[in-house]
Amino acid sequence: MGTVSAQGLRKSFGDVQALNDVTLEVPDGSFFVVLGPSGAGKTTTLRALAGLERLDAGTVHLDGRDATHDPPAARDLAMVFQSYALYPRQTAFENIASPLRARKAPADEIRTAVAQVAELLHIERLLDRRPAQMSGGEMQRVALARALVRRPRAFLMDEPLTNLDLKLRVEMRTELTRIHRSLGGTFVYVTNDQVEALSMADHLAVLRDGTVQQVGTPTEVYERPANKWVAGFVGSPRISLLACHAEGDQLIGAEGWKLPRPQWATAEDGRPLLLGLRAEDLSVERRSDVALDGELYGLEPLGDRALVDVKIGDAMVKVKARPTVTGTRGERMSVAVDLDRAHLFDADTGLALAGTGR
Amino acid sequence: MALSVDEAVPGPASDPTPHARRRTGGGSRARAVIEGGLLLLLAVAMLFPVLWMVETSIKDGRDVYAVPAQFIGFDATLDHYRDVFVKPGGGRSDLSVAFLNSVIVAGASTALATLLGVPAAWAYSRFTLKAKKDQLFFILSTRFMPPVVVVIPIFLMYRDLGLINTKLGLVLIYTAFNVPFTIWMMKGFIDEVPAEYEDAAMLDGYSRFQAFYKVTLPLLVPGIAATAVFALIFSWNEFVFAIFLTSSSDVRTAPPAIAGLIGGTTVDWGLVAASAVVFALPVLVFTYLVRKHLVAGVTLGAVRR
Ligand SMILES: Nc1ncnc2c1ncn2[C@@H]1O[C@H](COP(=O)(O)OP(=O)(O)OP(=O)(O)O)[C@@H](O)[C@H]1O
Ligand SMILES: [Mg+2]
Repeated sequence: MGTVSAQGLRKSFGDVQALNDVTLEVPDGSFFVVLGPSGAGKTTTLRALAGLERLDAGTVHLDGRDATHDPPAARDLAMVFQSYALYPRQTAFENIASPLRARKAPADEIRTAVAQVAELLHIERLLDRRPAQMSGGEMQRVALARALVRRPRAFLMDEPLTNLDLKLRVEMRTELTRIHRSLGGTFVYVTNDQVEALSMADHLAVLRDGTVQQVGTPTEVYERPANKWVAGFVGSPRISLLACHAEGDQLIGAEGWKLPRPQWATAEDGRPLLLGLRAEDLSVERRSDVALDGELYGLEPLGDRALVDVKIGDAMVKVKARPTVTGTRGERMSVAVDLDRAHLFDADTGLALAGTGR
Repeated sequence: MALSVDEAVPGPASDPTPHARRRTGGGSRARAVIEGGLLLLLAVAMLFPVLWMVETSIKDGRDVYAVPAQFIGFDATLDHYRDVFVKPGGGRSDLSVAFLNSVIVAGASTALATLLGVPAAWAYSRFTLKAKKDQLFFILSTRFMPPVVVVIPIFLMYRDLGLINTKLGLVLIYTAFNVPFTIWMMKGFIDEVPAEYEDAAMLDGYSRFQAFYKVTLPLLVPGIAATAVFALIFSWNEFVFAIFLTSSSDVRTAPPAIAGLIGGTTVDWGLVAASAVVFALPVLVFTYLVRKHLVAGVTLGAVRR
C-alpha cells in the first residue's frame, strides 16, 4: 500500500500564500508528477506531505490514515531534496546508508542494499567521497540513492534531475521510470520541466501560485487543458492564442479572419474568446479551406522539423513544419487549421469552454 | 582625490580596491613604510606593559625599585613564581587556592552556559516562535548593563538565598551572563547550517532531537569552541561580581585575590607581577590553541554548506 492524499492544504509564509487549498489524491503505485513554474509551491507541497511544514489548514492521509500530526520519521516516506541535503561530513556510502541505520538494519544488510542501489544509479565509484568532492549531478544521484535504498510507503522527489546534463537527464528519466515499474512503489515527483512531466507521469497535477490548476493523465492535460494558463505552460512550443468571438456559425478573429465555428463552441455570440492552436495542429504545407491568412515572419529549423512564425494581423502563430520548408520573410502564407484539435478559452476567466477538444 | 586620502589614512576605513591599489604605483613604498611604522608604534604601546609585567615578575625586590629602571642586566629569579603557589612557611598559598577557584568557577559556568545556550540557540534558529525578535532582543539586553549596575540587587538577593561567598553563587551569575552571549553567537553558527540536513535526517527515521544531535551538532563544534572560549575568558577575567560577592580566601577567585595584594603598607610588586603572568597564561594558551576556530568563528565561515 502507498496512497498519499492531501486535502485543502494551506500554508502561508508571512504575506506569501505558498499553498492555497491544495488537494491531491495520489493512488497506490502511481508515478504522480506535480508540475509548476518556480515559486508555484511544489517544494512546500512535498514538505507538507513529509511533515516538515506546519500547515495553516488541511489534512494529510497516508494509506487512508490521518497522518497530519505525525512526525516525519513516523510517516515512512523518503524524500529527495531539491538542495540534495546530503550530510556534509559523511561519505556517499554513509549518506545512502543513513535511512537504514536510523532504522537499525543489520550491517551486512546495509552493505548489500547500498551496493545494489549504487549499481542501479552508477555511483559505485563515488561511495567513499564526501559531498564536497562530488559534482552537482553526482550529489543528486547520491541523494536519489539515499531515497531509493529503502522501500518506504512513498517516494517524494523534488526536482531530482534538474542538475544533470541533458544526456544523463534523459537517461535517468528512463531509468527512474524503469525503477518505478520494477520496484512498484508510489512516486510523488515534482518538476518544472513539462517534457519530464509528460514523459514520466501516469498522473499529473499542474500547480500555480499554490493552487492546483488541473489534475489528470498527461494526455488529458495536454489535449484538454483546463484553462489558458495550463495550455500555455504545458506543451512546447507554446500554444498560440488568438483573440476572437463567435457569431452565428463563425468564429471571427480580432484580426478579421473567419473560421467555421466548431460544434462544441457553446459560448454565446459576441463573448470574447481565445482560440488556442498548438503548432502541430497547424500546417503551412497542407491546403485546406479552414485556414488563416498571414505572412511569414520567421523560420526556425530544429533539425528534425522547423518552426514557422506566421503573422496573422498583429498576432503571431507558431506552426510546425517539415525541416525542408522554405520561404522568405513577408511572403503570403495560408495556415491550415485542424479545428477538431483547437482549444477555446473564455478570454475573461481563462477557463476552457466546456466540451473543448473532441 | 580619494586616493590621496587613502594613502594618508591607513586602516579599515580606507579599504582601497585592488584596482586603486595597483594604480598608486610609486606611492606604495611610502605607504608600506608609514603602515609599518604605525603598526610598530602600536605594537610597542600595546606590548610594553606586558613586557614590564614579565620583567617585574623575575626581578629581585630591589631591582623592581631601581632608578633608573633596568631592562636587561639584572639577576633573574623565579622566587616570585614560587611564592604564587607556595606559602612562605610551606603549604598552599592563598593565591594558588584563588587560581583553583577561578578554574572551577570559570570552567563550570562556561560548561553550564554552553549546555543551556546551544539548545536555546538551536530553538531560536529553527523554530517559528512568537515575537522571536523581541525575545532575542530581550536576551541580549541583559548584557547591556555593566555588572556594577546590578551588583547591589544581586548582592541583596544572594544574601537572602545564602549564596554570598559561595562558588556556586559565582558560577550561577557568570552563567547568567554567558547564556545570552552563547545564544546569540551560536544562533549565528546554527543559522549557517541548512535546516534541510535535519529535515533529511528526520525523513531517514530520526527524531527531531536525534537529527540535531547526529547531523547538526558535529558541524557546530568549531562554533561551540569559539563561543566557549569567549565565555571562559569573560568568567576568568570577571572582577566586579567576584569582589562584591566573595569575601573569604577559600572562595575568592584570582582577580580579586591579585588585586588584594596591592594595598598594604608595602606592596610586593614582584609577586603581583608573577601572579598576573600566571593569571594571563591560561587565557593566552587557550586562545592560541583554538585560534583557527576563533578566526573561523569570528568570520562565521566555520561551516561548509
Ligand atoms: N521558508 C519560507 N519562508 C518564506 N517564504 C517561503 C518559504 N518557503 C517558500 N516560500 C515561498 O513560498 C512560495 C512557494 O515556494 P516553493 O519553494 O514551494 O516553490 P517551488 O514551486 O518549489 O519553486 P522552485 O521550482 O523554484 O523550487 C514562494 O513564493 C516562496 O518564496
Ligand atoms: Mg522547489
